[in-house]
Amino acid sequence: MAILRYALYRFATMLLTLLVVSGLVFVIINLPPGDYLSNQIAELRATGQSAGVAKAEFLRTEYALDRPLYQQYLIWIGFIPGPHGFSGLIQGNFGWSFEFDNPVAEIVGDTLWLTVLVNLAAVLFVYMVALPLGVLAAAKSKTWVDYTSAFVGYLGLATPNFLLALIMFYYGHKYFDLPIGGLMDPIYEGEPMSWEKTKSILIHLIVPTFVIGTSGAAGMMQRLRANLLDELGKPYVDTAIAKGMHPVRMLTKYPLRMAFNPFVADIGNLLPSMISGSVLVSVVLGLQTIGPTLLTALKTQDLFLSGFVLMFVALLTLVGTMVSDVLLVLLDPRIQYEGRET
Amino acid sequence: MTPLLTVEDLSVGFGRGESVVKNISFKVHPGETLALVGESGSGKTVTCRAVLRILPRVAQIRTGRVTLNGPDGLIELSTLGDRAMRKVRGNLVSMIFQEPMRSLSPLHRIGNQVAEVLWIHRGASEKSARREVLDTFEKVGFPDPERAYRSYPFELSGGMQQRAMIAMAMVSKPDLLIADEPTTALDVTTQAQVLGLMKDLQRETGMAMVLVTHDLGVVANMAEQVVVMRKGRVMESGAAEPLLRAPAHPYTQQLFDAAPTIPATPKLAPPMPDDDLILQLKSVSKTYTLRASSMFKPDVLIHACRGVDLNLPRGKTLAIVGESGSGKTTAARVALGAEPPDEGGEVLFRSNPDGEPVAVHKMNRAARTAFQRQAQMVFQDPYSSLSPRMRIQAAMTEPLEIHNIGSRAEQYDKAVAMLRQVGLNEGMLKRFPHAFSGGQRQRLSIARALMLDPSLLVCDEPTSALDVSVQDQILTLLEDIRDKMNLSYLFISHDLAVVARIADEVAVMRQGLVVEQAPPDTLFYNPKHPYTKALIAAQPTPDIDRPINLKLVAQGAGSADSWPEAFRFTDDVIPSLTQLEPGHKVRCHV
Repeated sequence: MAILRYALYRFATMLLTLLVVSGLVFVIINLPPGDYLSNQIAELRATGQSAGVAKAEFLRTEYALDRPLYQQYLIWIGFIPGPHGFSGLIQGNFGWSFEFDNPVAEIVGDTLWLTVLVNLAAVLFVYMVALPLGVLAAAKSKTWVDYTSAFVGYLGLATPNFLLALIMFYYGHKYFDLPIGGLMDPIYEGEPMSWEKTKSILIHLIVPTFVIGTSGAAGMMQRLRANLLDELGKPYVDTAIAKGMHPVRMLTKYPLRMAFNPFVADIGNLLPSMISGSVLVSVVLGLQTIGPTLLTALKTQDLFLSGFVLMFVALLTLVGTMVSDVLLVLLDPRIQYEGRET
Repeated sequence: MTPLLTVEDLSVGFGRGESVVKNISFKVHPGETLALVGESGSGKTVTCRAVLRILPRVAQIRTGRVTLNGPDGLIELSTLGDRAMRKVRGNLVSMIFQEPMRSLSPLHRIGNQVAEVLWIHRGASEKSARREVLDTFEKVGFPDPERAYRSYPFELSGGMQQRAMIAMAMVSKPDLLIADEPTTALDVTTQAQVLGLMKDLQRETGMAMVLVTHDLGVVANMAEQVVVMRKGRVMESGAAEPLLRAPAHPYTQQLFDAAPTIPATPKLAPPMPDDDLILQLKSVSKTYTLRASSMFKPDVLIHACRGVDLNLPRGKTLAIVGESGSGKTTAARVALGAEPPDEGGEVLFRSNPDGEPVAVHKMNRAARTAFQRQAQMVFQDPYSSLSPRMRIQAAMTEPLEIHNIGSRAEQYDKAVAMLRQVGLNEGMLKRFPHAFSGGQRQRLSIARALMLDPSLLVCDEPTSALDVSVQDQILTLLEDIRDKMNLSYLFISHDLAVVARIADEVAVMRQGLVVEQAPPDTLFYNPKHPYTKALIAAQPTPDIDRPINLKLVAQGAGSADSWPEAFRFTDDVIPSLTQLEPGHKVRCHV
């Protein structure tokens, strides 16, 4: 029960953090001089298209961009009514994208879930690769197993992701007939979910997962190896051996449990670094993830679109940290939380 | 009778280096205790680990045989296959290590870790193992076995953790127990109790023991057979009694001479003079507040020091003795001005006999800088108190640079002079700390503390990380420079025997209170307080005729409620420190 209370408490602090982040995001987006519409108005004026100017001016009042910054922020979040009453993030209205001339919700729509999908797949890949390889490298440290995995790992770390993407692209297609680009066969786009569509998505996921996950897996593997090696030198390992435990059982029950903490704590960090890191990969592989959209939105100062995407990334990060915090408390009895029974 | 364990001509080496254990042979008979005695680097730990082959991967057993007389005949442990070896470990032969905190997994409950032995070797079910483990917990002295079963190691004290380790080693009723410095990390009264427990269990089960230790006092209390080791070789071995009464080998003799002891026939000593006090602690209390876990519970107050009054005359040594958590270090920190005392307490420092005493905690900036020059500190662990990235020269001259004293050449000359003072030479200035042994490092720490010509040295357990023979040298050095340079020492220690030698007056602390205070000889001659008596009784002496008196230990080492009426104190009612005879004060109700 105590753990449930702790999870609730962490959830509450997460919401608070999210609020602070929203303020920061809004301020930072507004730091560069001008906004999408004023840039457009200036451009239209210069080319003498007064009709467009009128439309842009209309949009300015429509989205309250003529109000002071703090009011704009509060309207955006949905704390105070805008020109059309309460209609902000907490009411579920994500705003209007000027660049694409469409509601933000419509533009990000599917890509949002595909982003989550691609990145979750990459995180799973990272853990599934790093865990066995890291343990193996530590258990067989200073042998060819260790050296080989370290070499492959460093290769993975050192290769730029987009380059890896291009290589995978070419050879994957040539030898394994893996599909090129996109997250599903074009014929399924816009279609309702079906078995065939799922299969297509899964096959398309192979290359991006590998590309995005490789460097993370390599880093994680090295960290796990180093942690585990540290733990293997500790006296409680001798105690376990002196009990007559089988080495494999001993390794998994004691040192691995200890080495696991940083492994779990990394979940929170992994998500955002992957999302921002995978922008280039998404461009190269033509994935409909949120990365390329964010890039365009930031370049054109598309206020609501970039704001929403940044908030989404922040949310993923915070959820990741929350999950890892709760997991850590479950894993390590030494971590105290409020109301813990002793 | 066939010996239980036979070690013949055993040599162990690391990598390609020279062997660290060279042609060792000994025998252990059933029910008997053999002590492997030696200083650090003597190979005693490697020897005992080689029996169960729990060695680093680079270590190899180069020659020799280790044979165990098991229930089904002889087992040659040195060539046994891995699978068969696992059946011996924890089952026929079990092992206890030095640091209980680090030797238990912090993430698993004690019960789980102990019961695991039975799961592995008996294939016992969770339930039947539990019953047996609870029985063993009862035997090793856990007041509440059920609770201990559920506890995590960090919820237990050091002594209780070591009891859990002993329970883990005993639960399978092994024929042989190997204990590698099982009590070195424990307080002296806890050590006495754990040693007593091990002896009782041995008597009950008839198991044999190999006890690795550096402490001849422990040997005298525990062993029937002794093997003295040095640099991987056996110096002397044989039955404990004749060997301890008349050591034949000069090295054994040397160990005896170095071992600090409480004098067997102490005399009454005159009290310290109190006309020229360099440092004076006046009703110093220090309370820490532990934030409560919930808003509705009050904060917990921890009284680290309660009304401590101490006087240190110039040129003398005042020792504060107590176990971990007794408040001795807090008192020293307050005395140095590192922490302010609670309201009403005061620390007075008088830099020279003619000067006025100044309150350490009310000094202005300039006075404080001057005070910091005059009061220096020597720390416990010489390995972590010297920066590994600084050359000795830089470490030595740094205090002078901070205080802007002298030119570079003068600073260098001073460093050379101080190195000579502590028995090192000029050539060592260019080296890094890793090139020095523990004893040399402690000399360096002392030399560095002397760089600013202090008049007061606070020594926080300066010898407890060192071997006995090195400890002896450091104590001699401290005595020499005290007399030569007219220094005054505030000496913090947990070891009455060390203090017996160097101190002019001893204050025994318990739970933040000074419970008894007197010159050491008076204290040993006529100890009044049950806790002081327990400390003295618990001290293992390398004299076979003076075994540890467990009864006295048990009477005094418990909580204050278990003391006789006259000495008892509670949170509110604290008896005052009463003068019994000149210079001898005891905290009791008169």
